[in-house]
Amino acid sequence: MEFKQWNGFNKAGEWTKEIDVRGFIQSNYTPYEGDSKFLMGSTDKTKKLWNKVLDLYKKERENGGVLDADCKTPSAVNAYEAGYIDKDLEEIVGLQTDAPLKRAIMPNGGIRIVEKSAEAYGFKVDPETEYIYHNLRKTHNDGVFEVYTPDIRAARSSHLLTGLPDGYGRGRIIGDYRRVALYGVDSLIAEKKVELEILDTDEFTEDIIRRREEVADQIKALNDLKAMAAKYGFDISVPASNAKEAIQWLYFGYLGAIKDQNGAAMSLGRTSTFLDIYIERDIQNGILTEEQAQELMDQFIIKLRLVRFLRAPEYNSLFSGDPVWVTESIGGMGIDGRTLVTKNSFRVLHTLDNLGPAPEPNLTVLWSNNLPQGFKNYCADISIRTSSIQYENDDLMRITLGDDYGIACCVSAMKIGKQMQFFGARANLAKTLLYAINGGRDENSGKQVAPKFAPITSEYLNYDEVMEKFDQMMEYVAKIYIKALNAIHFMHDKYSYEALEMALHDRDEDILRTMACGIAGLSVAADSLSAIKYAKVKVIRDETGLAVDYKVEGDFPKYGNDDDRVDQIAAQIVKSFLRKLQKHHTYRGSKHTLSILTITSNVVYGKNTGNTPDGRRAGEPFGPGANPLHGRDSNGALAVMNTIAKLPYEYSEDGISFTFSITPAALGKDEDTKINNLVSMLDGYFKQTGHHINVNVFNRELLEDAMEHPENYPQLTIRVSGYAVNFIKLTREQQLDVINRTIHERI
Amino acid sequence: MSENLDTNNNIIGRIHSFESFGAVDGPGIRFVVFFQGCGLRCKYCHNRDTWAISNAGMEYTTNDLIAKISRYKNYFTVSGGGVTLSGGEPLLQQDFLLELLPKLKELGIHTAIDTSGNFPITDKIAKIIDLADLFLLDIKCINDEICKDLVGVSNKLELEFAKYLSSINKPTWIRQVLVPGITDHEEDLLTLKDFLSTLQNVQKVEILAYHDLGRFKWENLGCNYELEDIPNATTEDVARAKKILKID
Repeated sequence: MEFKQWNGFNKAGEWTKEIDVRGFIQSNYTPYEGDSKFLMGSTDKTKKLWNKVLDLYKKERENGGVLDADCKTPSAVNAYEAGYIDKDLEEIVGLQTDAPLKRAIMPNGGIRIVEKSAEAYGFKVDPETEYIYHNLRKTHNDGVFEVYTPDIRAARSSHLLTGLPDGYGRGRIIGDYRRVALYGVDSLIAEKKVELEILDTDEFTEDIIRRREEVADQIKALNDLKAMAAKYGFDISVPASNAKEAIQWLYFGYLGAIKDQNGAAMSLGRTSTFLDIYIERDIQNGILTEEQAQELMDQFIIKLRLVRFLRAPEYNSLFSGDPVWVTESIGGMGIDGRTLVTKNSFRVLHTLDNLGPAPEPNLTVLWSNNLPQGFKNYCADISIRTSSIQYENDDLMRITLGDDYGIACCVSAMKIGKQMQFFGARANLAKTLLYAINGGRDENSGKQVAPKFAPITSEYLNYDEVMEKFDQMMEYVAKIYIKALNAIHFMHDKYSYEALEMALHDRDEDILRTMACGIAGLSVAADSLSAIKYAKVKVIRDETGLAVDYKVEGDFPKYGNDDDRVDQIAAQIVKSFLRKLQKHHTYRGSKHTLSILTITSNVVYGKNTGNTPDGRRAGEPFGPGANPLHGRDSNGALAVMNTIAKLPYEYSEDGISFTFSITPAALGKDEDTKINNLVSMLDGYFKQTGHHINVNVFNRELLEDAMEHPENYPQLTIRVSGYAVNFIKLTREQQLDVINRTIHERI
Repeated sequence: MSENLDTNNNIIGRIHSFESFGAVDGPGIRFVVFFQGCGLRCKYCHNRDTWAISNAGMEYTTNDLIAKISRYKNYFTVSGGGVTLSGGEPLLQQDFLLELLPKLKELGIHTAIDTSGNFPITDKIAKIIDLADLFLLDIKCINDEICKDLVGVSNKLELEFAKYLSSINKPTWIRQVLVPGITDHEEDLLTLKDFLSTLQNVQKVEILAYHDLGRFKWENLGCNYELEDIPNATTEDVARAKKILKID
């Protein structure tokens, strides 16, 4: 391939011969080891535009959470006319529909959920659209529920398995949107045509036919993408020729994906260092200033802050607010030892200063002990002031994933354009333990949900007996869990295939798919087993013999205090559950992975789980992700980190999430000390092999005030289990959970 | 104080609690060990539950404690931190410290001792001082009458302790809790400033704002909290005191 748009780039490597974005980056990027002094504020143009957006946010809130929705046109890559906030002020253009914050419907996932979502906000789906999707076009949701078996349904309705993507888009697929900018769409189509040739085989099997159909869909999606961009006046069939175009092209790629799919997480990838190459070239050529570079990035980020989906209130209460997980992965180290931090890594973080804190995009720093000190300090400084960054361990992930991976959603790492996942929500292992004790009956309803095992009948729980039954019950949960996920992802591929996102991937043959299972209630299960082992736990049963409560006599080691006696129980549960999942065949031969991540759903899972043997009361929230239960940790923050770092990443490759909150005063006495301590804490945690940490720095009083006076805190952002949210958009229950959750403060 | 031995004749330390992320008790990130037991009776104490000496707290051998502390080395090395022995009053458990400190030194872990310094300089104390890297010395109040009323003992020993630390040039941070209306009189602060100017070893002087966040601990123990009517010291109060002391 040869394009004049590539003038000035280093052509070394394979990237000019085939699709190889990483090769392009490696041959062309400029590592930056300095500090943040070069950064510029936002331009007047950006300020004006941002103020318009803030007005729109306000109107959206006043309108009950949704500003407007197009309830007739099913969304698709090229379904709408061009839309603008204010054309004259916009450096980067493109909206999901024809107006800002106007939401689209995506009925391929399920028509009922669309109707419900629309009605919840006072809208009504157009009758013709309803007719089509009820009578003519089958949806993902329809397909899944047709094949669900009674045991899956029972596990689902009793909340043993929760949050399954059977009524909403699975997401967690990152298209390599950079390809659009670097190669232009026509080259990408040409590559897909090569794949079609490869898929012209003698043995025309079901698998080959499916793949051919998918590639055909991908080519169509790429053509739609060109047509969509053309409506905004751009020809993206060819590569981007400068920084502004590179951002615009890349954003069009992403925009196409969010027009096509309402996925649970629609992550962006790892784009800032890629874009830095274009910015550097323009600056070298004297056609771009630092101020203009920042303007482009500010405006790009504004677009990412506008992403909205029409979702049901129940969904929002499960995941909090309007989560999109536009995750952008920043920094990290290259395998050749050079840092992947560039000036643009700073610029993207700097938008938090220029535009104020925000939950989206979900800015994720890939932390390495070898990151330049100036960048580490800048991250810590921004974290302390905005609580808007999450950190993940690049030194840990780079071992298996190389240096061009990104985070999907919160903690799920995947090689960009080479890997995707089948998102699997999570199994409630605290409830699983209760089922083990109750012989498969639900502790709340008394119903026989799992097959009838012999329940435990002794007055006091015996550790070995409980462990044996817990093990059996985990076997059962693992089995129905994979059954459910196989059904979901088979149907998702069939009825709601992510054609555009997959078009921005390598050939199907080369793609690694993971079956991303998850655990909720890990610390509750571990503490319960610890109580049974190290204290005495008396069972309280109702008249039907159902264990409904527990009395703990004596003290026991609690998860979150760097105490091996209980931490090893937790680690063992993780290993054991993954091994049980691995016994089952997965759809498309995907690789079993596991995450310990709940986002904010720890509140909902807790709500549906009865009293547990660790003394936790029925309905009380679990700890988020891999956190200890609120109040169980009594040795301070690093002890919690040491506990979580013991969970084996090799068995939980889809991520282990830790949410950390601290008051500013507890972090140190002056600003420099605070920065130094936070940097050291991150260095230490990741050396300890911790995987992920959310950092919140705020006072309890501030949050309490924000609960009472949300109008004063439109941009207050907090981080919970892998995700940042707008505090005032949380339900009151979730707000209280955040406040009660250990805020580390020293007296 | 006579110290305990376990069945294997190991010296037993009595520990009240731990704080694994101490950012305000010495340089860098500190693992803070709160020792059980204190002889003073400071009315503003925010760790009232550490006072009791006999049969209170958790029992640790030095090896158990070292194993616990070592788990935090990754955080110490990058931050320039270490261990802070606080309390309670760590210097009440001298034999335990004499066994603990050399082991920490061997591991290259920086040690700070947070003490009231209310001890005569005996051989053992001198040895402990020699082994520790840094002292966080509480001057309760330079005015002895106020001191006696506020903490129950004279400041004579602690001032001698301060002079001894200076005489051997032991790195020291001086700390005073600023209690409005009690330890914030200008003439006392000026006296303190004069006293501090005679010391050679002071790296830092910290004015800690009095707060009543530890009050619930008194109430939990059924004890009367005497400073009921004293307001928390404000940022302005601290700034004023610092100005008088001519620090920062």
